[in-house]
Amino acid sequence: MLELKNIHKTFNPGTINEKIALNGVDLKLDEGDFVTVIGGNGAGKSTMLNAIAGVWPVDEGSIIIDGADVTGLPDYKRAKLIGRVFQDPMTGTAATMQIEENLAIANRRGLRRGLKWQVSSGEREQFKQKLKVLNLGLEDRLTSKVGLLSGGQRQALTLLMATLQRPKILLLDEHTAALDPKTAEKVLDATDTIVNSQKLTTLMVTHNMKDAIIHGNRLIMMNAGRIVLDIKGEEKKRLTVEDLLHQFERVSGQEFASDKALLG
Amino acid sequence: MEAYLSSLSLIGLIGRLPASVAQGLIWGIMALGVYVTFRLLDIADLSVDGTFATGGAVTAMLIIAGVNPWTSMIIALICGLLVGCVTGFLHTKLGIPAILAGILTQYALYSINLAIMGFKANQAISVDKYYLLISSRNIPPAIVTGLGFVIVVIAVMYWFFGTEMGSALRATGCNPTMSKAQGININTMKVLGLAISNGLVSLAGCLSAQYSGFADVKSGQGAIVIGLAAVIIGEVLGESIMGKKLNFAGRLIFIIFGGIIYYVIYTLVLWLKLDPNLMKLFTAIIVAVFLAVPYLKGQAKNSFARAGKNSAIKEGK
Repeated sequence: MLELKNIHKTFNPGTINEKIALNGVDLKLDEGDFVTVIGGNGAGKSTMLNAIAGVWPVDEGSIIIDGADVTGLPDYKRAKLIGRVFQDPMTGTAATMQIEENLAIANRRGLRRGLKWQVSSGEREQFKQKLKVLNLGLEDRLTSKVGLLSGGQRQALTLLMATLQRPKILLLDEHTAALDPKTAEKVLDATDTIVNSQKLTTLMVTHNMKDAIIHGNRLIMMNAGRIVLDIKGEEKKRLTVEDLLHQFERVSGQEFASDKALLG
Repeated sequence: MEAYLSSLSLIGLIGRLPASVAQGLIWGIMALGVYVTFRLLDIADLSVDGTFATGGAVTAMLIIAGVNPWTSMIIALICGLLVGCVTGFLHTKLGIPAILAGILTQYALYSINLAIMGFKANQAISVDKYYLLISSRNIPPAIVTGLGFVIVVIAVMYWFFGTEMGSALRATGCNPTMSKAQGININTMKVLGLAISNGLVSLAGCLSAQYSGFADVKSGQGAIVIGLAAVIIGEVLGESIMGKKLNFAGRLIFIIFGGIIYYVIYTLVLWLKLDPNLMKLFTAIIVAVFLAVPYLKGQAKNSFARAGKNSAIKEGK
């Protein structure tokens, strides 16, 4: 479903701020894989997701989604294949627009936008049904401005928007990191429900090792712009946070820096 | 002082009001163009100063050449769309910051507008000689015509910004990252928005030239500020009257009111026998104050000065 071949990306090449962000990433996801991605700060987790999404062109390598080489396409053209949820709840939705307007925009991801009215009445019914599943009471507030919603509500809405048109790949970039623990858990539950019901191929970056172990069927660890660990199936089910910390110290030669990874 | 006061005639003021309504309607259309870029796209587009004059210049020359005023109007509108595309091209394809792209277009348009008018600073289109759509010679029909144009423009805008494409344009202005993630080509949307905006401004320039009976290369000078003033006056008025019930159509209607109020104030300034050259200063102050108020309100609640004061109280200093 997704194939990354030898992806390289260096930011600010030739300057004092030069940073090799991705240094030969190879990854192959099968249809329906739900992969959690962990690693220290600056390991390249978000950069890898941005490379897949097409935020900027990669220096080297190819990105293949569902058999099509998308390496040469900008983000808005790849969007028809990719659903994205960002770390900042403000990023994924248009604050000054209504909930139903946001959903209608998402419902046309990858389609031509013409001069038809933005929301059809059939769509409105469909949005209500989908919002009901989130269990946040948003189904009665279709015409509320998104700017009035809480961070957790906005993140859940973004998740729904990313999956309204079934994406070939769902990219979740620490999408619960900016939320309080209780809300984060709710959004993660919603994530599991949506990913499992639609059998979505998913990459989820997280700082939280426990979440990385509980969710998904496969776990990869990144360090210094490379994938250094890839655990799947039965082996992943037996994994503990302690195992992961040991592995991390072994491959990176340093202690895992974030307390957030251990707590919660 | 007494002599000054007795020289002011209230009837004189009332007599001038209908003309300011007619002018306000025309400039209201211009303000709707400014609204598209300034509020919906979040771009301050300065090309409109030039576009307003372009609309007038194209209309005047076509009418003098014997072209029907309706056809002239459509051509003026298309010229405005093209101006917007040029600014959009400079901004999106050549990476020039939007504000500078607008300034460059406006600067270039000064020469182009002169060239359109045969290198004369103005061209007369007297209503005695030509058939015009709107003229200051006869105010009541001018108001009716102006109102007709306003209704059509608002209806078309309400429809367009409610379509899939219009909604994509609004999303682009609100959140470009989200828009790209949803597959919207934000550069196309920016060019489209700039084109629509300048098309409306050119239409207003076309009507204004006919209304006043001549096209002037300097007619658009400061148009962006007048447009902003109308948008801001209209929004403040709309929000204080309608509150949260102010929907998109209501907002557009109040912007037209903003244009009318601007010209009523202008008339008042003239009536008070103040120097009309001061109007630009007044307008700039009005716009600056209204733009500053929301910011200062936020600052008052969340400032270092306040934090310092609170700290001093706690410490008992």
